Amino acid sequence: MSRVWSVDVRVTPREGILDPAGETIRRALGNLGYEGVHSVRAGRLIRLEVEADGPEAARASTEKMCEQLIANPIIEDYVVRVREG
Amino acid sequence: MTAGMKVGIVRFPGSNCDADVYRAVTEGLGESATYLWHKSTDLEGVDVVVLPGGFSYGDYLRAGAIARFSPIMGEVIDFARAGGLTLGICNGFQVLCEAHLLPGALVRNRHLRFRCHDVGLRVENAATPFTTAYSEGDLLHIPIAHGEGQFVAEAATLDELEAEDRVIFRYVDRRGEATDAANPNGSARNIAGIMNHEGNILGLMPHPERHSLAVLGNTDGLAVFQSLLASVLRARGCRSDPPRAEAPEFAVGAVAGASS
Repeated sequence: MSRVWSVDVRVTPREGILDPAGETIRRALGNLGYEGVHSVRAGRLIRLEVEADGPEAARASTEKMCEQLIANPIIEDYVVRVREG
Repeated sequence: MTAGMKVGIVRFPGSNCDADVYRAVTEGLGESATYLWHKSTDLEGVDVVVLPGGFSYGDYLRAGAIARFSPIMGEVIDFARAGGLTLGICNGFQVLCEAHLLPGALVRNRHLRFRCHDVGLRVENAATPFTTAYSEGDLLHIPIAHGEGQFVAEAATLDELEAEDRVIFRYVDRRGEATDAANPNGSARNIAGIMNHEGNILGLMPHPERHSLAVLGNTDGLAVFQSLLASVLRARGCRSDPPRAEAPEFAVGAVAGASS
């Protein structure tokens, strides 16, 4: 049965790609006295409501959207999570 | 006024350097130019396509990511893949990378600040359809205006760009050296502009059109457009031969030499 699935896409800078925003957050945390923060990577969360026949179909369709538009695989990694319920 | 070249300038919602390119072509060169609306699917027989600077679609998601799927871009991609001369400036460079017509990507400036000032550029390859009116090693003063101009690519891609002389412009200091201090955004290897393997697509972050008329105080950028005109005329003399990065048979106009 087709229904609407809530899908989260988490996009983060790829490993090895410099993330100046994350690095600035890390330094600011250090200035506030938070010791021991070794790394901060800043990405974005994109929440979609996707109509599909099941969670796997929702995931497959979202992954296709990621490859084409939502993420740029040259500089970004993404993780798709279909939220149950 | 000659009718040697017709330049098509794509207008996306948020383009803001379209009129600058128009004036560089019409007033700087005396050639013809036309605007191409992003919803159009007709390139109107232009010889050259320019994707101008600006903030297409508000830079939402990633700079150039949404513009890349505009209706006109289907035509632009076909045109470019068939060997048509295609120039992407600033946001246009970002669109070309998002469309995979050029390798790599442009990400947030390393220092996170928007930079709007003149930079020193060195012409690394003067045997391209975009640079024949320069000489290799020429030093130029050209403005930049961007927040996401840091060029990044895999090391293997960077090596390939260098090996094939496809790094066309590099950020340099007054002495022509590619130092860290001369790099305004943290771009890999001080890269300011690159070309595709076939040699008909150029993307660069600096704005040659903003230094293309005497009234603007500097004409260092005009030779990009002069070079395009020379390439179009040369290709017309031999239509079966697609534009290629070869040694120029003739150069047009004065070389923009010493920086002011």
